[in-house]
Amino acid sequence: MEVARTTADVLVVGAGMVGAACAYYCSAAGLRVTVLDRAAIAGGTTSACEGNILVSDKEPGAELELALLSNRLWAALGAELGAASVELHHKGGVVVAKSPEAAGGLATLTAEQRRHGIEAVDVAPDRLFELEPNLAPDITAGAHYPQDMQVQPMLATAELLRRARRHGASVHTGTTVVEFLRGSGGEITGVRTDAPDVPTISAGWVINAAGSWGGSLAELAAAPIPVLPRKGFVLVTEPLPPVIHHKVYTAEYVANVASDDAALQTSVVVESTRAGTVLIGASRERVGFDRSVSIPVLRMLARQAIGVFPFLSDVALLRSYLGFRPYCPDHLPVIGADHRAPGLVHACGHEGAGIGLAAGTGHLIAQLLTDREPDLDLAPFHPARFQEVTT
Amino acid sequence: MTTSPAEPRYDVAVLGAGPAGLAAAVAAASTGSRVALIDSASRPGGQFWRHRAGDDGTRQLHWDTFRALRDALERVEHLAGHTVWHAERTEQGFTLHTVNGGAASEVACRTLIVATGAYDRQLPFPGWTLPGVFTAGGAQALLKGHGVLPGQRIVVAGTGPFLLPVAAGLAEAGARVLGVFEAGTPARFTRHPVTALGKLGEAVGYLRTLRRHRVPYRMRSAVVAAHGEATVRAAGVASLDARWRIVPGSTRTLDCDAVAVGYGFTPQLEIPLQLGCATRLDVDGSLVTRVDGQQRGTVPGVYVAGEACGVGGAGLSLVEGELAGLHAGYTTTDTRLNRRHIDRLLRRRAALRSFAAAMHEAYPVRRGWLGWLAEDTVICRCEEVTASEVRRSIVDLGATDPRAVKLYVRPGMGLCQGRMCGYATSWLTAQHHGRGVRQDDLLGMSSRPIAQPVSLGALSGHADD
Repeated sequence: MEVARTTADVLVVGAGMVGAACAYYCSAAGLRVTVLDRAAIAGGTTSACEGNILVSDKEPGAELELALLSNRLWAALGAELGAASVELHHKGGVVVAKSPEAAGGLATLTAEQRRHGIEAVDVAPDRLFELEPNLAPDITAGAHYPQDMQVQPMLATAELLRRARRHGASVHTGTTVVEFLRGSGGEITGVRTDAPDVPTISAGWVINAAGSWGGSLAELAAAPIPVLPRKGFVLVTEPLPPVIHHKVYTAEYVANVASDDAALQTSVVVESTRAGTVLIGASRERVGFDRSVSIPVLRMLARQAIGVFPFLSDVALLRSYLGFRPYCPDHLPVIGADHRAPGLVHACGHEGAGIGLAAGTGHLIAQLLTDREPDLDLAPFHPARFQEVTT
Repeated sequence: MTTSPAEPRYDVAVLGAGPAGLAAAVAAASTGSRVALIDSASRPGGQFWRHRAGDDGTRQLHWDTFRALRDALERVEHLAGHTVWHAERTEQGFTLHTVNGGAASEVACRTLIVATGAYDRQLPFPGWTLPGVFTAGGAQALLKGHGVLPGQRIVVAGTGPFLLPVAAGLAEAGARVLGVFEAGTPARFTRHPVTALGKLGEAVGYLRTLRRHRVPYRMRSAVVAAHGEATVRAAGVASLDARWRIVPGSTRTLDCDAVAVGYGFTPQLEIPLQLGCATRLDVDGSLVTRVDGQQRGTVPGVYVAGEACGVGGAGLSLVEGELAGLHAGYTTTDTRLNRRHIDRLLRRRAALRSFAAAMHEAYPVRRGWLGWLAEDTVICRCEEVTASEVRRSIVDLGATDPRAVKLYVRPGMGLCQGRMCGYATSWLTAQHHGRGVRQDDLLGMSSRPIAQPVSLGALSGHADD
């Protein structure tokens, strides 16, 4: 076997959506990039999600700004990669409410969001049924978010890495980081791996894009960050003709995304895919990396989906999958250079928004590593914000 | 995850009412266990003893054995027409989530015997998705279950001894069988010492039937294309070299209205995989469940018998089923085990397994079949994914294993969840990376948390959470 002496400007650990976006933007900025993944391209949480590119579920704050930046970047990526090749769809989101409380909460949220630059349109019930004719009749209020998009996340990851390879990047799958290499000043200079063909890789920067496993990678670098798994199930139906036109979810979803409750939460998100299947998410449970299937969770998702689209009752569930969102206690991703381990840069902890936020994250990381002024203030995402928690 | 507070209704639940499942259910009931036999068909017998109402068993093998087992089912609760879509562990044992004609129900049991059998292994070739192209097992099932011939002029092809009863059955039922095209060269097998076991007699009988109907039996040849517009009108039959590459210029066209093709079997492993049972790669390249001398899987309380722990035919399935049923029964009723009888079964199991291994070694799938594929040959018929799309996902998108291929270009994401295309996709991926198919390749295409489609209404209908 040929043993490569590998040297890179940037070594990205993790070939999921975020790692691919980092590799893409860094290589496009002229950096020499190497990407590692212990498994396959897009094999982790990227393969277990719905491809959300959402602004609708963002409350005012740093994540909303990152979501808006990412939204613009995704539109540009769609134009560059070819929307069809990654199944990027400007479908828009529709949020619905049944109870007066939910309707009131939604109206408050949309008003706030509009002030922060999100196109959030309050929709009267009759107009709501024009947008989604098959909605349950007892839905009383809704909002339309034209900026929400969907992408096929595995294809998008693979395509971005393909572009990165064209810019000279190399990708090594089935390759696990076993140790960080350090220079005389303690700075990180690369990694040692378990793969005989790339036993060591030297790099100016190592990017932690290991998603839900970003916490353990940081641990290996003795620079811990509190990234933990939040389990979720997605149900997949048989293929149907186009019956659901937007990303449709209930107003409770926003509250659940931001929730700190460890117990199970389900607030349904329903949408069609290009393949015709309907995806039904999204449960949230903090049970570690437990891969067991929970029938009560699937049952609750099915019940809630039928509550929004009654016709789904007769539709067959074909498959289900589960994954682990990487979440931080404050529900913000970790983006930025680690203050304890020079050379280490984090790009993980995006929870359930990693597909959408990947574009902004990769773009900002590339700006950071090429000494340009980042488009957004990275302070809210900085790993140092956990200092009180971790020390 | 969930627990049923009450004592499970059954000591033993048996999944599948073919030879292994019937033997298991009857053996477990003989120990005094409360036994449920769950099967999706309306009549017991599985694929092997598939029959119609009032069938006298004239063309069936070991019909007396079937009758005896069926008659012994009165001590067993037979849940016919029930499909298990998910099995989960509970504190007391297992809960099986089933659907029966759209209605959902749960079956609670202390131990579980998985005897879910196997289905035909398909190798795609140009035209294989045309109506009129059947699996060998599908053609036989049509005949056994409905008395219907798949066509009038039929070509039978593939590899393995199963082609013989299929072709003989079609010929006996009045079809013109234009030939049996065996891709391998099993002649070597007939000289193998274990064929002395007597199994060979069956094959000789089928060959005699084929001769009587003037059906040619050709080795090292295969159907490498099916032609037609709305349905199959002709089959392209080619001679193969030892590696199954088409001998140039050897392809000829046979006019036909049906083709029956089978390249061995793929064991049905959804339930053991849902429960976390360990697997291994068998001699025939199939993913099978690991079992011990008592037919126990690696998960406590789960027994596996028949093809799901290694394809070996009805005789072996009967032995494994009885072993599993007796042990599950002994465990749940604390009855004393008849050591001498168990030892007899174990010796028989060892002999039949070594026969099965020899058979698999005589009928390997050779890599040359990949050369039969055209760029536009469909690999996954549910999602209509072609060979060139699979290759693109490997070359352009960097797929290194079949699961990645599935994630990028969708083979295995359709109705059958990779049951049909999982094997071919694994071969294509492995070949591209210059290696053989590994256990992990097949595992990546075999995980099906929802084993059978269930309506969202049926799923949501139970207000027990």
